[in-house]
Amino acid sequence: MSLRPVTSESLPVRIVLIACAVGFLGLFLLVPLGLVFVEALRRGGSVFLAALTDRHALSAIRLTLFAAAIAVPLNTLFGIAAAWLITKFRFKGRTWLLALIDLPFAVSPVIAGLVWALIFGAQGWLGPWLAEHDIRIIFAVPGIVLATLFVTFPFVARELIPVMEMQGTDEEEAALTLGAGGWQIFRRVTLPNIRWGLLYGVLLCNARAMGEFGAVSVVSGHIRGKTNTLPLHIEVLYNEYQFSAAFAAATLLALLALLTLGLKSLLELRLGSHSSIRH
Amino acid sequence: MALIARRILPGYGLTLGITLAFLSSIVLVPLAALFLKAAGLGPSDWARILTSPRTLAAFRLTFGASAAAAGVSTVFGLLIAWVLVRYRFPGRRILDAMVDLPFALPTAVAGITLAQLYGPRGWMGQVLQALGIQGAYSPFGVFIALTFISFPFVVRTVQPVLEDLQPDAEEAAATLGANRLVTFRRILLPTLFPALLTGFTLAFARAIGEYGSVVFISGNLPFKTEILPLLIIGQLEQFHYSAAAVIAASMLLVSFTLLFLINLLQRRLVARSH
Repeated sequence: MSLRPVTSESLPVRIVLIACAVGFLGLFLLVPLGLVFVEALRRGGSVFLAALTDRHALSAIRLTLFAAAIAVPLNTLFGIAAAWLITKFRFKGRTWLLALIDLPFAVSPVIAGLVWALIFGAQGWLGPWLAEHDIRIIFAVPGIVLATLFVTFPFVARELIPVMEMQGTDEEEAALTLGAGGWQIFRRVTLPNIRWGLLYGVLLCNARAMGEFGAVSVVSGHIRGKTNTLPLHIEVLYNEYQFSAAFAAATLLALLALLTLGLKSLLELRLGSHSSIRH
Repeated sequence: MALIARRILPGYGLTLGITLAFLSSIVLVPLAALFLKAAGLGPSDWARILTSPRTLAAFRLTFGASAAAAGVSTVFGLLIAWVLVRYRFPGRRILDAMVDLPFALPTAVAGITLAQLYGPRGWMGQVLQALGIQGAYSPFGVFIALTFISFPFVVRTVQPVLEDLQPDAEEAAATLGANRLVTFRRILLPTLFPALLTGFTLAFARAIGEYGSVVFISGNLPFKTEILPLLIIGQLEQFHYSAAAVIAASMLLVSFTLLFLINLLQRRLVARSH
C-alpha cells in the first residue's frame, strides 16, 4: 500500500475534481467543436463540398486571406519595432506606452469597427471629402483591413516583449563593440534568439485576423461576393437558415483554430514555457 | 545620465518613430475620434441616450451577464487549472492544449455552434428544457456564450502560479494538523487570490465587449437579450452616429474605470503580501 503525500487529496476527492473539470471542458470545448463537423456533414459530403466551392464562399475566402495578408505583416513590423524600443531602451513614458499598446484588447470589436465608420463613413469626419473624390473605405475592402489592423494590433508586440526582455541587451552590445551595424545586429543576433516567439506572435495575430467578426461586421456592409469575409459569410448563411452550408464554411475556421492550437503546442515545447493565447 | 547611458544600441529613433506612427494612426486617433464625436453632443443628449430604458436594459444585461460569467469562470478556471497542474490522468495534455480553443476559434463559429447546441432542437437545449430552463434566446444563453469565451483567461492566469507554488507551506500546514480543505482555504486560496483576481478581470473585460459568440444565441430581443455592442450596431444602421458614439464611449469609460479599480486593488494585495 502506498502512502498518500500530505500535499495531495484522497483518491475519491481527486476523481470527483477530475470528473468536474473534464465534464466542464467536455461540455464547453469538445461538444461544440464536434458539433461544427457533425452539422457540416449532416446533409452529406456533396452538400458540404458544394458549400465550400460556392462562388460567394470562394470570394469570402479570398477577401479573408487578403485582409490577413496586409494586417499581419504590418502588425509584425510594428510588433518588432515596439518590442525593440521597449526592451532595449529605458525612457520616460515607457510604462504608458506599454499600456497603450494593450489598449485594443480592452476595446469591444464592435467599437473597433465603429471608430473607422466615424472617421471614414458617409457621416464621418472625412466622409464628404471621400465622397467628392469617389473613394470608398467604409463598406469596402479598405475598411475591413483597417478594422482587422485595430483588433490584431497588440498580438506580435505582446509575445515579443517578454521574450526580448528576458534576453537582455548583452549579446547586442557585444555585437556593437565588434563593429556590427544596427540592421546587422538585429538580423544576426536578435532575430535568431526571438524567432520562435516571433513565429508564435505571428500565428496568433493571423488566427485573429482571419477569424475577426465584430469589427469587420460594422464596416463591411455585407455585400455578397464583395465585402464578405469568411466569418461574415457564415453569418449570412446562418441567418438564411442554410445551416449545413454555414457549418461547412465554419469547419474551415475551426480547422484553422485547431492548426493554430497544434502549432502553438509545438512552439511551446521549443520555447520551453507555458504561454497562452490571450484575447 | 542613466537615461542616456541606456541608449547604447542603435535604432531608438527609428523604432520610436515606427511605434508612435502605428500607435497613433491605428489606435489613438480613431479612439480620439470616437470620444470627440461623443463629446459633440451636450449633456442633455447624453442623458437622453444613456437613460433610455432600452440602453439601461442593455447596460444591465451586458455588465450583469459578464460579471456572472466571469464569476463562474473564476470558479471553474481554478478547478481546471488545479486538476491540470496537480493530477495526472489520461488525456490531460490534450485537454490542456484545448483550453485555448475559445481564444483560437473565431467568435462567429462559436456563436452559431452554441446557438445550435442550446437552441430548442439542440442537445443541450433539450436537456435544459426538460429542467424548465430556456437555453438560447434568453439572458441565460448570453451567460453561456460569455462563459465559453472567458473561462480560459482564468485557467491561463492561475495555472503558472500553481505550477510555481512550492509545497513547503502546504507541508507545514499538514504537519500542524490542518486537513486539505483547511490548507486550501487558509494557505492556497490567499496565495492564488491575486492571480484569480487578474483572471476574473481579464474574463470580465473580454465578456463586456464580446459580440460574435453572443449575437446568435441571444436572439437579440430589445429590453431582454440585447447586449450593448448590438445596440451600437443598431444605432449605426439607423445612421445615428452620435448616439452610437455616446454608447460606445460610455461603455469604454465604465470598463476602463472598472479595470483601473481592480488593478489598484490588485497592487494593494500584492504589496501587502510582500
